[in-house]
Amino acid sequence: MSSLEIKNLHVSTGDKEIVKGVTLTINTGEIHAVMGPNGTGKSTMAKAIAGHPDYIITEGDVLIDGKSILEKESDERAREGIFLAFQYPSEIPGVSIANFLRAAIQARMAEGEEIDASAYYKRLYQKMDLLKIDRKFTARAVNEGFSGGEKKRSEILQMAMLEPRFALMDETDSGLDIDALRIVSDGVNSLRGPNLGILLITHYQRLLSYIVPDHVHVMIDGRIVKSGDKSLALELEARGYDWVKHEFANA
Amino acid sequence: MSEITDTLQTSVDNPVSGIDQSNGNFKYDMTYDFDAGTGLNERTVDYISAVKKEAPWIHEFRQKALKTFLAKPLPTHWASKDLETLNFDKIRYYLSQGQKPKRTWDEVPADIKRTFERLGVPEQERKFLAGVEAQFDSEAAYSNIKEAVSKQGVIFMNSTEALREHPEIFRKFFGKVIPTSDNKFSALNSAVFSGGSFIYVPPGVKVSHPLQAYFRINAENFGQFERTLIICDEGSELTYMEGCTAPKFSTATLHSAVVELVALKGAKIQYITVQNWSSNVFNLVTKRGLAHEEAEIKWIDCNIGSRLTMKYPGVVLKGRKARGEVISIALANDGQHQDTGAKMIHAADETTSTVVSKSISVGQGRATYRGVVHIPRHLKGCKNNTECDALLINTNSRTDTYPAITVRGDRHAVQHEASVSKVSAEQIFYMQQRGLTEGQAMSLSVNGFINDLARQFPMEYSVELKRLIDLEMEGSVG
Repeated sequence: MSSLEIKNLHVSTGDKEIVKGVTLTINTGEIHAVMGPNGTGKSTMAKAIAGHPDYIITEGDVLIDGKSILEKESDERAREGIFLAFQYPSEIPGVSIANFLRAAIQARMAEGEEIDASAYYKRLYQKMDLLKIDRKFTARAVNEGFSGGEKKRSEILQMAMLEPRFALMDETDSGLDIDALRIVSDGVNSLRGPNLGILLITHYQRLLSYIVPDHVHVMIDGRIVKSGDKSLALELEARGYDWVKHEFANA
Repeated sequence: MSEITDTLQTSVDNPVSGIDQSNGNFKYDMTYDFDAGTGLNERTVDYISAVKKEAPWIHEFRQKALKTFLAKPLPTHWASKDLETLNFDKIRYYLSQGQKPKRTWDEVPADIKRTFERLGVPEQERKFLAGVEAQFDSEAAYSNIKEAVSKQGVIFMNSTEALREHPEIFRKFFGKVIPTSDNKFSALNSAVFSGGSFIYVPPGVKVSHPLQAYFRINAENFGQFERTLIICDEGSELTYMEGCTAPKFSTATLHSAVVELVALKGAKIQYITVQNWSSNVFNLVTKRGLAHEEAEIKWIDCNIGSRLTMKYPGVVLKGRKARGEVISIALANDGQHQDTGAKMIHAADETTSTVVSKSISVGQGRATYRGVVHIPRHLKGCKNNTECDALLINTNSRTDTYPAITVRGDRHAVQHEASVSKVSAEQIFYMQQRGLTEGQAMSLSVNGFINDLARQFPMEYSVELKRLIDLEMEGSVG
């Protein structure tokens, strides 16, 4: 078992502090949902953990199995097993999904080691079938001209291929219709297992009826103000965030 | 007889440091049996003509060209002030170990053979080429054509030999597509040219595998002036490829070639260049083809490296329904200026031309597209399509586009598109988040940008191009 420990994390962009002291431990095999209204620092936290250069960690630490990863570049963190499923994935014109993933897998191999092309394609097609993605998809340039649903499925496909230890899924449900949501959720559920820990960022309870979390955390104004099990998500759905905000303000 | 020196002078006098030029950056200390000395005057030209035992007409042609060269100004008024730093008195114009190339690699002097082996030339020859010419400084050290191809009547040799063995064909076409006075550097080449390929493909012969020339500069303070002349007779087809490298010196090296192509009725010529000059090379090349009726000339031009490249491959569309195409890829790294483009001169009805240019500017690198499309009033049914795309890697990178399109008359179709894009920080972060290093991410973006063009290359060359780009991009980040 591995663990991703977020300790008293403070994150700023520009001069503004967005994340104000988050502490959270995710073990492989667990799914943690982080819920909260817009602009409370959920995405900022995920990007900072992944090493985005615009998000500065001013205090606290992030550790994998007890070792801090903050000195590492974002690509090193990725190779250590951190995967960020982007809310708005970038387009890479002219680079096919197949070539992109191949380069990403090659980057994880030791120097002098070469990827086995036929085994690679076999595995790629397997994962695509699982995610109900058309084979023609692999020849298309990464995210270029993709619909919202295609972008999210491509993120899940990449996650399936790269086999991270910890996946930070940033609003994976946004922009999906109900059919796409089901396909994406089925995909995530199929990857669920003892070797993967997931941090699921979402506004809505809706996603959580497809991907059932082990833990639910509510984030407001850069802090986790309430944690519980999956029933907390249902309570939020019924009562809204204001209830938590009041409780937090009165605390 | 000599020792290999891997030159490691990257940061001494050169603004470009950290770029991995390991492929071509090595040299052997040679002794040259034939050396025209430093500087240029009538005696230099006499010397070159004499060692080649040339006919009087070509000797006169050279002397006349020298006068034209001296009289013409540098084209600094429209290109780059950097040209003014070229000192013609400090260049050596002819260096060789003899004028007759070897037919087998075993006969090639050991150091020269090792040079080309390091550059992978004999290996490529075995794998996929119909013939190879390997020029080392001023003359070809090796030249061979597969027997099956020469039996079809195809002539492939260097210009020195061709002048002796096939003067009648040579003289008929030589200097006709690019006159001596075309520009200062075509005049310079005409005065001191040495080496380069001469190819003649007889009517109807389709050469199944590419012919290749490799131009290697080994000496310091040297100018390489190869002259290439390719004639494809009626209905014939040819693919020709050239590669170029030089070691990195702290002083300027000059490469100034002239390449003339003639495609007679219905012939097809594809001319591919992948150059990887070191960052001290001034690469000032004139390339033009003449396409007769229903003939097709396609230039595929990849410019990587050099300090300043000025090169605008052109096609004169002389016969009805002739087609011309230029596909060009330029990568300008720190301290480099790629001033490239295309010229399409329509001179007959229903002629078609296409220009696709993609440039990448890295760091303070500068890429310039300069194009001419000319369609006169009396013609009808001519078409041109020009597309220029520029990719900027850093915020201080620079790109300029100067398209000059002159279309007279109303019976033509002309299209021009241009775009400039930048690799965004978000794009790089996205790729790094998948485990690619910053350099790998940059390289993948650049390869994606040129992907649709690179796909048109023969496989071996698109692999080589990708490798060169990877090397450049690896060295360009932090």
